[in-house]
Amino acid sequence: MKYLKQILGGDLRQFTMVFALVVILIAFNIMSNGRMLTSQNIMNLLVANTYVLVLALGMLMVIVVGHIDLSVGSVAGFVGMIVAMSSSELGFPWWLAILAGIAVGALIGAWQGFWLSKVGIPGFITTLAGWMIFRGAVIWISASVSRPVPHELRTLGSGYLPDWGRELTGLNLPTVLIGIVGILVFIYLQLRKRGRQAKLTGQAAPLGPTVIRLVVVSAVIAYTSWILASGNDGTSIPVPTIIVGALVIFYAILTQRTTFGRHIYAVGGNRQAAALSGVSVPRTYFFTMFNMSILAAVAGILFVGRATAAGPNDGNMWELDAIASVFIGGAAVTGGIGTVGATMVGALVMAAINSGLMLMGVGQDKTQVIKGLVLLAAVAVDVYNKKQGRASITGTLFKKKGGAGSDDVAPIPAKK
Amino acid sequence: MADSQTILEMRGIGKSFPGVRALDDVSMMVRRGEIHAICGENGAGKSTLMKVLSGVHPRGTYEGVIVYQDEEVGFKGIKSSEDVGIVIIHQELALIPELSIIENVFMGNESTRLGLIDWTTQELHARDLLARVGLDVDPHTQIKNLGVGQQQLVEIAKALSKNVKLLILDEPTSGLNEDDADNLLGLLRGLKSKGITSIMISHKLNEIAAIADSVTVLRDGKTVESYSVEAGKVDEDRIIRAMVGRSIEDRYPAHESHIGDVVMEVRNWRVEDPNVPGRLVCKDSSFFLRAGEVVGFAGVMGAGRTELARSLFGRNYGVHLGGEVLIKGKPVELTTVSRAVNHGLAYLPEERKTYGMNLLDTVRKTIVAADLKSILSGGLLDLDREQMVAEEYRRSVGIRTPSVDAGVSTLSGGNQQKVLVAKWMFPNPDILILDEPTRGIDVGAKVEIYTLVHQLAAQGKAVMFISSELPELLGVCDRIYTVCEGRITGVLDVADATQEKLMRQMTTLSQPANH
Repeated sequence: MKYLKQILGGDLRQFTMVFALVVILIAFNIMSNGRMLTSQNIMNLLVANTYVLVLALGMLMVIVVGHIDLSVGSVAGFVGMIVAMSSSELGFPWWLAILAGIAVGALIGAWQGFWLSKVGIPGFITTLAGWMIFRGAVIWISASVSRPVPHELRTLGSGYLPDWGRELTGLNLPTVLIGIVGILVFIYLQLRKRGRQAKLTGQAAPLGPTVIRLVVVSAVIAYTSWILASGNDGTSIPVPTIIVGALVIFYAILTQRTTFGRHIYAVGGNRQAAALSGVSVPRTYFFTMFNMSILAAVAGILFVGRATAAGPNDGNMWELDAIASVFIGGAAVTGGIGTVGATMVGALVMAAINSGLMLMGVGQDKTQVIKGLVLLAAVAVDVYNKKQGRASITGTLFKKKGGAGSDDVAPIPAKK
Repeated sequence: MADSQTILEMRGIGKSFPGVRALDDVSMMVRRGEIHAICGENGAGKSTLMKVLSGVHPRGTYEGVIVYQDEEVGFKGIKSSEDVGIVIIHQELALIPELSIIENVFMGNESTRLGLIDWTTQELHARDLLARVGLDVDPHTQIKNLGVGQQQLVEIAKALSKNVKLLILDEPTSGLNEDDADNLLGLLRGLKSKGITSIMISHKLNEIAAIADSVTVLRDGKTVESYSVEAGKVDEDRIIRAMVGRSIEDRYPAHESHIGDVVMEVRNWRVEDPNVPGRLVCKDSSFFLRAGEVVGFAGVMGAGRTELARSLFGRNYGVHLGGEVLIKGKPVELTTVSRAVNHGLAYLPEERKTYGMNLLDTVRKTIVAADLKSILSGGLLDLDREQMVAEEYRRSVGIRTPSVDAGVSTLSGGNQQKVLVAKWMFPNPDILILDEPTRGIDVGAKVEIYTLVHQLAAQGKAVMFISSELPELLGVCDRIYTVCEGRITGVLDVADATQEKLMRQMTTLSQPANH
């Protein structure tokens, strides 16, 4: 067990989730007679869930800072329609239409951030209003009619990389290259981290666990690349998946390696302590909401690109998928806890269950029930683990005097 | 032995918390129809004793005997003590702001008819009770629209509705302005004439002198003395001597002071309580701090020292009404916390878990939290540098933790406090405000904190040291200001200061400054 922990690098929870994802994929693959882990199905799964992955990135930050955003589906739908109509009605070129969509997303973010940080209306209320306002707005401006989007957006929403190298190896070469670069970067980062730790602490970490970790992760990346490279002619790793990958890297760095990221966790963990450390709480709230709406715009644009048209009902209930992903990924309802990586795994767990059940011919009705139960179970395991942890701390504190409650803590008198 | 003149006798009361003996063989006797004052320093055991009496600490969790109205009693909870007429009013009022006076007065004790609340009876009863406490407002008024003084009266009306015979008040005037406090004391006298006995915990000797019939002084969980006095003839000096009682032992590390120029000067600082308009928590406070000097701020709880500190630290508390701050001779506007930090201020808050740190964080993240700028490299946080900084402070401050990656919630109180000291050493401030830095930590950790304070002073930093423990102030500081009800009532060089002098200045408003 201790050895296992060393391999996982101490981040047990995140790897439990990855392990659960692998088990789910393999189990569905067996139950569906090998139809789960095919190139076509994995590509579909990734492309169809692009919007969830993008929204969950922003939602993670909103939930960590201690709020929630219910409006993201409506905002995504509204922006998708803005992009479609600015091109079809106003004749914008496709790139200008995208810029207009992102700008509208930013404006909406500033609007929501204003009500939360300047006026002090809780995020739940602000975005519940936003949910209604922007859902209404998209139906209003579109007059309930679907609009076509510029066909260039199709590349962004569901396109593939150029199919070089297929005739030689039967694989898509760019995808293979991305996989190889991914493995090399991972190995480099791990070894560099190891070297620095050795320098900082004066002792080298044992080599065995590091090697096992490198081998396992490299194998996963290699397998995923192979699956994505070996699809039908003309396919590769999907373009939206590359965009998601870039966003994941960007937001992992933003949350873990910047002052703004630290401020989000600080405000979510203890607002008063953060304020007394010089963090501007309203500013942190504002930019978290601002960022969320921009990501909602991105999700909307990628979605309409794939759908080739923007409809008045696009984005319905997306917020719930995003929120569920964040909580399955182990974020705390009270804020302060959650990571980008775990959230992405949470979103993929949901996506895998969706796809697997569909392959097995289970209807939407039952799928909903099962997804709801998975959400409950994942969070219940989390709550249980936390309680176990806490019980041991308080248990040792109150060992001497059984039954003493927490409100029994007395001011300590000065003793010589 | 108790006679019919005695309503309450507590004999040999003892109570332990994990690691702390809060009460040890405490005895006291309360006569029927008197006002009995309980005095003692913070942490002397006053509130614990009253919680034992009222059943907050139920029978079986303490030792000793309680005799009430000639019967030995032991309460299971508040409800069972209220059934026999003992009602406690806590320092933090327990009213629900959104509900009306009527609803609050009868909360948990509603008059019902056929299972429904009988509003007519309640209203009539409430009007009668409000008249008895002299509160002339509509009983339908919501609590949040009342001042703190009026809320205190509602609490007393609530106690009267329960047919109170023995009323316990824990620091009833600590949140009140002077008029409201006088009014409340008048009411207690009125209740006394109607045969209601009161026990009042108070820090304010002038109030005790004005109304107490008997005084019990506690110190370190023991009864020091308990005696009757004639109202208006309370010997304040005797109480002070009994409260402090101890001499300073050598649990304060020796140090040498090298005091330099004035670093920070505050002039006529005025701050209003954000919740009680018109109540000033800082009344024209002026003081100065010099480089290399540890300056104590003595006062009882609620005297306004934390409010002073937080209002200076980027106006984090209260409504700023006036006054100026000079740092190294130049006036500065410290309107936000980050501005205060940039001007070289640091503030270690009083309640470390509420205001000091994010309990979800690790030691290393907490240590750098107040100055992320200095671990930035190329726009990103340099986590190697963060670890190096954390390891450095772990050694130099003596934080006992298995790893700097451990969560701060897993550390003991003393080690948490050392992490917070490190957090505020890291921005390299010129002025450190330490607010009760040793509260709730063990003796060994206290000595380590004192040593750190002296090290910081030796580096030429000015330290504002807020504490409610007089021996600590006398053992650590170079100069001590006393604060009473938001006003700085005096300043003493440590060579001239004694616990008695400080206690007098801390509890008396009219005392002229000694210097």
